[in-house]
Amino acid sequence: MSKSLFEKVWDAHAVKTLSNGQTQLLIGTHLIHEVTSPQAFGMLRDLNLKVAYPHRTFATVDHIVPTDQRQEPFADPLADAMIRELRANCEETGVTFFDLPSGKQGIVHVVGPEQGITQPGTTIACGDSHTSTHGAFGAIALGIGTTQIRDLLATQTMALAKLKVRKINVTGKLGPGVYAKDVILHIIRQLGVKGGTGYAYEYAGEVFDGFSMEERMTVCNMSIEGGARVGYINPDEKTFEYLKGRPYSPTGDAWDAAVENWKSFASDPDCEFDDVVDFDASTIAPTVTWGINPEQAISIVENVPTVEAAAGKDQPLIAEALEYMKLPAGAPIKGVKVDVCFIGSCTNGRLSDFEEAAKYLKGHKVADGVKAIAVPGSQIVDVICREKGLHTVFEEAGFEWRGAGCSMCLAMNPDKLIGDQLSASSSNRNFKGRQGSPTGRTVLMSPVMVAAAAVKGEIADAREVFDVKELVEA
Amino acid sequence: MALEKITEIKGRGVYVAGNEIDTDRIIPARFMKCVTFDGLGEYLFYDVRKNEDGSDKQHSLNDERFDKASILLSGENFGCGSSREHAPQALYRYGFRGLIAESYAEIFFGNCTTLGIPCFCATKEDIKAIVAAIEADPSIEVTLDVANERISFGDQSVTAVVRDSARMALCEGKWDMIGELREVESRIAEVAGALRYMAK
Repeated sequence: MSKSLFEKVWDAHAVKTLSNGQTQLLIGTHLIHEVTSPQAFGMLRDLNLKVAYPHRTFATVDHIVPTDQRQEPFADPLADAMIRELRANCEETGVTFFDLPSGKQGIVHVVGPEQGITQPGTTIACGDSHTSTHGAFGAIALGIGTTQIRDLLATQTMALAKLKVRKINVTGKLGPGVYAKDVILHIIRQLGVKGGTGYAYEYAGEVFDGFSMEERMTVCNMSIEGGARVGYINPDEKTFEYLKGRPYSPTGDAWDAAVENWKSFASDPDCEFDDVVDFDASTIAPTVTWGINPEQAISIVENVPTVEAAAGKDQPLIAEALEYMKLPAGAPIKGVKVDVCFIGSCTNGRLSDFEEAAKYLKGHKVADGVKAIAVPGSQIVDVICREKGLHTVFEEAGFEWRGAGCSMCLAMNPDKLIGDQLSASSSNRNFKGRQGSPTGRTVLMSPVMVAAAAVKGEIADAREVFDVKELVEA
Repeated sequence: MALEKITEIKGRGVYVAGNEIDTDRIIPARFMKCVTFDGLGEYLFYDVRKNEDGSDKQHSLNDERFDKASILLSGENFGCGSSREHAPQALYRYGFRGLIAESYAEIFFGNCTTLGIPCFCATKEDIKAIVAAIEADPSIEVTLDVANERISFGDQSVTAVVRDSARMALCEGKWDMIGELREVESRIAEVAGALRYMAK
């Protein structure tokens, strides 16, 4: 019988059917970080249990690390206690920790792929909703809560109800200046923030086939913003090429065997899906959010909606969003003044994100009064950017180039908005207060669009600011 | 490890209006700088309940009429966003023992069930009726009948939905899965043994 990748991976990892009807699923790769794991280690101690498969859990520190003053002890005693707790837990249990001095620290969803830990046909879980990122490699990867982290530490398994699978085809060709971020924001805008509840999303079609692994990660990363706990792309030659030679990738004969095995997990061509949705790439423009959830998005050439014109939609939510965001209802979003520009996060904090933004930033300056920061997703991304001189391009333009971490995506470290500052951000959530100030405002967009906003000092169409078409054709 | 069978929750209700209430709203990220869940109740809905100087904003959780509420009502897609268990932990530690909403985000729903918090799905109209009743008389008792998927309030009663797996887990005292997951160590080793990438 033909099966989707989701079903094949599920079947290979199913341990048993539990009394509540859910499946006990083996999670081969468990990733942890400092925010959601310490309580799980505490629960384990309370129950007098050991870590069952310590070689299959990998840790890093990302949410709370300062991106400027990185010497320990950290100025914030709470953050300092968290890194020390994670370090002690890893030492005690034998879990590998990509710690700050290792040179391999970074955002957990950047580190896993970078180290070759993220592989096709595997199951991956982490106490972080953006774990869906790893689906870019043809893995089933999902975010979990802390009690489930405990379950994984103790048994390497968790209880889970099988998801339905929705195939999302994007066919055709993207226009110049339209990126992976625009594609996923467009999908969420169309299918809604709860459209994916109960589903895994399989992203398919020529647009995803043509994407690099990093672009695929950007798309899968935001699956959860559309309500889908899992998003994946079938593994192909690009996947294998990316993984070859990475520290945790198989080598020699084992490599060839692994590639054959990985290929076997791809969805069968004639398999059936619970739902199929098609999009035409040529209709996707650079997309930005205007509201307080990622569904509240428009293309850069559209106007901010009005409550009156939104008949049939959730008008109270639109009114709430307009009031919070203080944007001009019914007027263009282009031209709205920005205070802060942030390039980074597990969505857009990888090498190609900085390369692409730097390509256009060169020779430009950040507008007066705008604070702009670039935060690499990992220490390795940082080193490569420095080797390529990208950090200089950012610094010369007026960006601050920082150390690796989650930074202003959720502002658990010192990088925060102040008051009702408006941030042009390459991150993944525009929830109220998300970037550290209870009244702070977030407008999500691609890294190149953030660069354009930084240069103009207002939300702008990167295609106009940078003459994108000319550069693409050159 | 014998767990309590959660078949019924009784208590007063309070309505937190709105759709798409995300976990950042339920517990802002800055309050997650902690290594235990103790004390999180204090920061529940902090930024919508408190001004920056710490004084109270107008919010149903600041309304003394609903002080004793242990059942929270809200709208669609409650608990969307982050996987942080800090959100249901904060709700539980604040005193909530059951939730009623039109729908829930996936990860949040699972986290609540694991903590023994029943998440009832009800229609917009039924939620409206319950809210009207508790607004009229905050002291009325709301009963969440998990086994029979019914919500009673005052002299009224409506049907609701508690997802099968959650209902069975709660009613049979198996909402914390660790005991059952640990029963099959050798079967886990067998499945792991068949997967190349699991090898040491």
